[in-house]
Amino acid sequence: MARNKTKVTVEPGKQEFFITREFDAPRDFVFKAFTDPKLYVQWLGPRGMKMRLERFEPRSGGMWRYIHTDEKGNEYAFHGVNHEVFPPERLIDTFEFEGLPEKGHVSLETARFEELPGGRSKLTIQSIFQSVADRDGMVQSGMEVGINESFERLDEVLAQTPITSLVSKRA
Amino acid sequence: MSTQRQDSTASQQLFNALADLTRRSIVELLATRGQMTATDICDNFSVSHPAISQHLKVLREAELVHIKKSAQKRIYSLNPDTIHDIEDWAKQLTEHWNERFERLDKVLQTEKRRMLKRR
Repeated sequence: MARNKTKVTVEPGKQEFFITREFDAPRDFVFKAFTDPKLYVQWLGPRGMKMRLERFEPRSGGMWRYIHTDEKGNEYAFHGVNHEVFPPERLIDTFEFEGLPEKGHVSLETARFEELPGGRSKLTIQSIFQSVADRDGMVQSGMEVGINESFERLDEVLAQTPITSLVSKRA
Repeated sequence: MSTQRQDSTASQQLFNALADLTRRSIVELLATRGQMTATDICDNFSVSHPAISQHLKVLREAELVHIKKSAQKRIYSLNPDTIHDIEDWAKQLTEHWNERFERLDKVLQTEKRRMLKRR
């Protein structure tokens, strides 16, 4: 499994981020893990949190809503609409974190599933936000939800790109 | 999420500081050269000196750069603490998705085994 590295691309000043990952499974399986509620709850929730799927309609036009609950009972809810469910190639949905002080900060997520040789597959997720600030804010809160308390310090000082890419990449 | 809101000013400053191409170029330059005077930095850009001063102010306020005064000169360098925080943050973001996908790997393996049994 060591060769399957997750690549997160968050470029400064852009309204999007990308996540890519390969899997040792055909894309039908990966697609199923995104659209079968029993499988979905097994992997999506951050570590140390309970995940509750309140609504899950994996079809074009269907809605979804899930809630992460941490050990202290704090709830983080997210919801959206499945714009397109096109097995086994593509999933497009809207995404909104309900915990923001202001409503209407929605992003558009596209997950693409590609077949690779040898029964493997590649997943690419693109998230596009309404503004650079929205993107940065979500990347922050996504991190906060996913990361344990020993990293609380990081909440204070955040940025939008690994320094390695700052140095090597001229935008 | 309340902590995130309280800290949003500091992080917003950092985000804004890095969202600008010239300021990113200054950070890259300092990453390569180590220490530079304001004049050295200005010489690397076709932008006016006051414009560069303004950019340096933004970088200073975001605590991305340190300033050291030596005689009449102001010497700039990167603030390693902030740079380190950025690296940590990027690692954490990737790690978050990694964990998620490692669980997904297990789900997929179980599914594969189930399919094989059915055949």
